[in-house]
Amino acid sequence: MTPAHPELAERFNRDEDRVNWHDETLWFVRQKRDKAAHNLPEWEALREMASLIKHNVLGNLDQYLTEFEANALANGVQVHWAADAQEHNQIVLQILKDNQVDRMVKSKSMLTEECHLNDYLAGQGIDVIDSDLGERIVQLAGEAPSHIVLPCIHWKKEEIGVLFNKHLGTEEGCADPQILTGAARLHLRDTFLTRRVALTGVNFAIAETGEFVVCTNEGNADMGAHLADVHIASMGLEKIIPRREHLGVFLRLLTRSATGQPITTYSSHFRQPRAGQTMHLILVDNGRTVQLGREDFRNSLKCIRCGACMNTCPVYRRSGGHSYHAAISGPIGSILAPNLDMKKHADLPFASTLCGSCTNVCPVKIDIHQQLYKWRQVLMQEGEATTAKAVSMQAMNTVLSNHGLYAFSGRIGRTLMRWFPGLVNNKLNPWYKHRNMPEPPKESFGDWYAKNRK
Amino acid sequence: MTVGLFIPCYVDQFYPKVAIATLELLEKLGQTVKFPKGQTCCGQPMANSGFAHLTGPLNERFVDQFGSVDYVVCPSGSCTLHLKDHLHSHTNESAATAIRQHVYELTEFITDVLKVDSIKARFPYRVGMHQSCHGQRGLHLSQMSELNAPAFSKPGQLLSQVTDIELISLDRPDECCGFGGTFCVVEEAVSAKMGKDRVADHLRHGADYITGVDMSCLMHMEGILHRQGSKTKVVHIAEILNNS
Repeated sequence: MTPAHPELAERFNRDEDRVNWHDETLWFVRQKRDKAAHNLPEWEALREMASLIKHNVLGNLDQYLTEFEANALANGVQVHWAADAQEHNQIVLQILKDNQVDRMVKSKSMLTEECHLNDYLAGQGIDVIDSDLGERIVQLAGEAPSHIVLPCIHWKKEEIGVLFNKHLGTEEGCADPQILTGAARLHLRDTFLTRRVALTGVNFAIAETGEFVVCTNEGNADMGAHLADVHIASMGLEKIIPRREHLGVFLRLLTRSATGQPITTYSSHFRQPRAGQTMHLILVDNGRTVQLGREDFRNSLKCIRCGACMNTCPVYRRSGGHSYHAAISGPIGSILAPNLDMKKHADLPFASTLCGSCTNVCPVKIDIHQQLYKWRQVLMQEGEATTAKAVSMQAMNTVLSNHGLYAFSGRIGRTLMRWFPGLVNNKLNPWYKHRNMPEPPKESFGDWYAKNRK
Repeated sequence: MTVGLFIPCYVDQFYPKVAIATLELLEKLGQTVKFPKGQTCCGQPMANSGFAHLTGPLNERFVDQFGSVDYVVCPSGSCTLHLKDHLHSHTNESAATAIRQHVYELTEFITDVLKVDSIKARFPYRVGMHQSCHGQRGLHLSQMSELNAPAFSKPGQLLSQVTDIELISLDRPDECCGFGGTFCVVEEAVSAKMGKDRVADHLRHGADYITGVDMSCLMHMEGILHRQGSKTKVVHIAEILNNS
């Protein structure tokens, strides 16, 4: 069983210098985001507009999806529907088999991470190479991405140097980003030239035209798709936007929120296969329609995967993406993951102080911290609490619901703390590990008031 | 006009001086303050742990105790926010609704209801203001660094009226301290690290005192300051505003 977030976060915190470095690296990204957002006078209006467009999409998803499908088919794109991850993976495999290939290049797609496509295809003897630099790094390291936009943000350049020395033959001890990216470029160029099938993700799909838009900074999606005979694009159902005119709203928000750039280097529109090419589009549900049916959590489907909530989250920055043990980590992952598997992800909505910073940076105004609170209620009502927690909550509630008992316990507790500080100042008390307990006063305010204001 | 003073459970038990300062401050500002008997807790510790379904009896008690006052004032942003968002009653929902609409955190009550623009207080120290998240992002006591919107701060506005106070600026003006209720024990490692980092920001800028509108955040940072043997102290904003 995967350890829960507190345990994984504790392991991450054993190296405090590394935590500081991770925190500061992501805080720097948050600051770049602030600068970009604060330089746009219409920023808050843009967020509101994006949120409303997505609200409309979620309310009319069936119509937009059928409109999109009809237009995509008319453009000559082959459209597939996948109810879940398994169906998605099988469709990809079938396309590869139909084309008699056993190798594929793939650009960034969190959906394929969610579906565990690489593992599935590897099990079928298919070799997949991720062409996004960060994803390639974690792939070479045998890891999952720790961040949806910055997959290897937890890696230092010196460590990447060691990894590339082992896998790509760069000089030992070389940690120069210019040289390392140069080596990756050569390695990937060969991949682009020799793969006949390329898979990309989809950032936005436009119902009105049947086209889809893929955003990258490295141009790797374009290199893959333009050189391959077969282009497969995988998209979650919620990626639809109604019209082309809406795209600008999202493109202006996406990268400013993600990295502080005004726009991605490449925002590529794919509308129809070029002559001699086939283009497949897989529309994936995988729990999205269930989430659509949960009213309290529906608008989590507005997410455009910018990662701003991760960069701003003080918990994420100090626990690392892998501590969330889900394809999508951080605050947004913590409200998406329980939808897919409540039992497995029951810890995630508790990996937050509910500070609300995530909600404030979200470019589509998802009420992330409110949903974290609501998931907590759902999970405890579904019986996901440990017995110890359920019992202690009952006990606390009983004491607090009875003033006599509350005042009595308070007096006894404070007296015991004064007489026997060791009762609370010990290693069984998690508070005491890094923090002293407050010094208990002789009398409560209630006692003082009874004496002084009667 | 009567003001009902709500003192959160942990303030009642561990920080009576904060409650006394709040009461005295409100009285100095000319308010008739009632402290309804038998009060305990707003229910937030259970609710934030996913056990909001247990808090019915606490809610009914609260509505009984505070149903007859004009305003409920509380020296905690977090407890105030919880009441504002979640207080309901099976037997008297109209009273619960009235409370939700008339419950105020102390500083916003002073700036928005009493509209005080001159506080007679003196505090000759370097002070760092900790923005407690629920007060700031929940009650909008201050502008939030994430938003592209004009700056303001209700507690800051009051502190700036205090004589001889020197307010310091921070590298991260509104990052969470990591207390988070039961989060501080369930996620002990991250919680303590967040607290250490927040305290370090104040120490880097030479704070004699760290203040804020929530004693829970201050209690967390105090625990870290004490462990480090630091001379820097925490002080609730009510204590500063009541200090002469």
